[in-house]
Amino acid sequence: MKKISLEVNGKKIVKDIPDHTVLSVLLRDVLNLTGTHIGCDTSQCGACVVHVDGKSIKSCSTLAVDVDGSKVTTIEGLAKNGKMHPMQEAFKKMHGLQCGFCTPGMVMSAIDLLQNNKKPSDTEIRDWLEGNICRCTGYQNIVAAVKEAASKM
Amino acid sequence: MKTFNYHLVKDIKEAKKISSAHSTFLAGGMTTIPSMKLGLGTYKDVIDIKGIKKLSGIKSSGKILKIGSTTTHAEVAKSKEVKKSIPSLAALAEGIGDPQVRNRGTIGGSIANNDPAADYPSACIALNASINTSNNRKIDAESFFKGMFETTLKKGEIIESIDFEIPQKSNYQKLPNPASRYAVVGVYVAKYKNGTNVGVTGAKPCVYNDKNLGKALSKSFSSSAIDNVNVSASGMNSDIHASAYYRANMVKVFAKKAVETC
Repeated sequence: MKKISLEVNGKKIVKDIPDHTVLSVLLRDVLNLTGTHIGCDTSQCGACVVHVDGKSIKSCSTLAVDVDGSKVTTIEGLAKNGKMHPMQEAFKKMHGLQCGFCTPGMVMSAIDLLQNNKKPSDTEIRDWLEGNICRCTGYQNIVAAVKEAASKM
Repeated sequence: MKTFNYHLVKDIKEAKKISSAHSTFLAGGMTTIPSMKLGLGTYKDVIDIKGIKKLSGIKSSGKILKIGSTTTHAEVAKSKEVKKSIPSLAALAEGIGDPQVRNRGTIGGSIANNDPAADYPSACIALNASINTSNNRKIDAESFFKGMFETTLKKGEIIESIDFEIPQKSNYQKLPNPASRYAVVGVYVAKYKNGTNVGVTGAKPCVYNDKNLGKALSKSFSSSAIDNVNVSASGMNSDIHASAYYRANMVKVFAKKAVETC
């Protein structure tokens, strides 16, 4: 067991957890933040993407003890005062989802893209979303949503 | 995943003290953690070396570009120092996995793992790299990569940094698998004053130095110089993705592409 303290969506968390707990499990099973999804569980599908100290990472393949002292943002931390984040708004407006399973990871990944590249081209969006797999949309509306968000952010 | 004891160490000495036949070192964890989940590796102790400050960073001294082992792919891709001295190496790092893997995965981890389809090993071969370890060894790339997922690292030995010899020009081209984006074939060409090296990944069970291509390009650095070089399919991987003959042909096609893009 290890004691870890971190900030999750602006809230200070201190927990004792088994050493082998991965971040996705800490978020979902310990903190009840089930917006972060577990798909492949081996870092390929991207459903579990969250931000650690502002950078997108795959929480299924990162140990919780490894992010001790960090700031973590999940999909639940995006909306402010009941108002959706522009990326969430854009996914809604452009219908960038069907079943919605991959969406939290897509949104977190896409926000990190705009942090690195404010006006990405279609190719740059598709390249960046390499690690986020969607089996419903065919990606067209996801790319459209990211472009829409880029015009608003 | 099976349970283990996690240790965040501050220096090499501490890491070596905990290291045993039942331990593993952890850097980015992009291969280690999924492998542990799949039951491919179980350990009593997981030793996190990311806290060892001297293992991280990028330095160029004119002739040599030194990259610390825990430097992430994203750091290499963005580094002004790398872009200036060996731009093709920054481009290679930018093409590894996906952004999240690049934010965590490290150069030392990639090299220590020696995945037959990893990108970095081909750069090490082509760029006359030396791998500096905690056992005070300076291992040249060609003898470092021993076989499939196998290197000459000893148990408990840690990669500290990699020295790349800065070339006159260089380029890396790969045929990515359409699903995984791992290299079906990847070719790194580096031209030096006294000759050209060609490092090939993805094609065989282990990265290799294609001396025939290197010899032809050393004589004349142009894509037509390798038109008549025979790349043999013998010993090449043959699997669901590509046959050995296809891979052999692709080595040549991507070597030409790399030379033309240099």
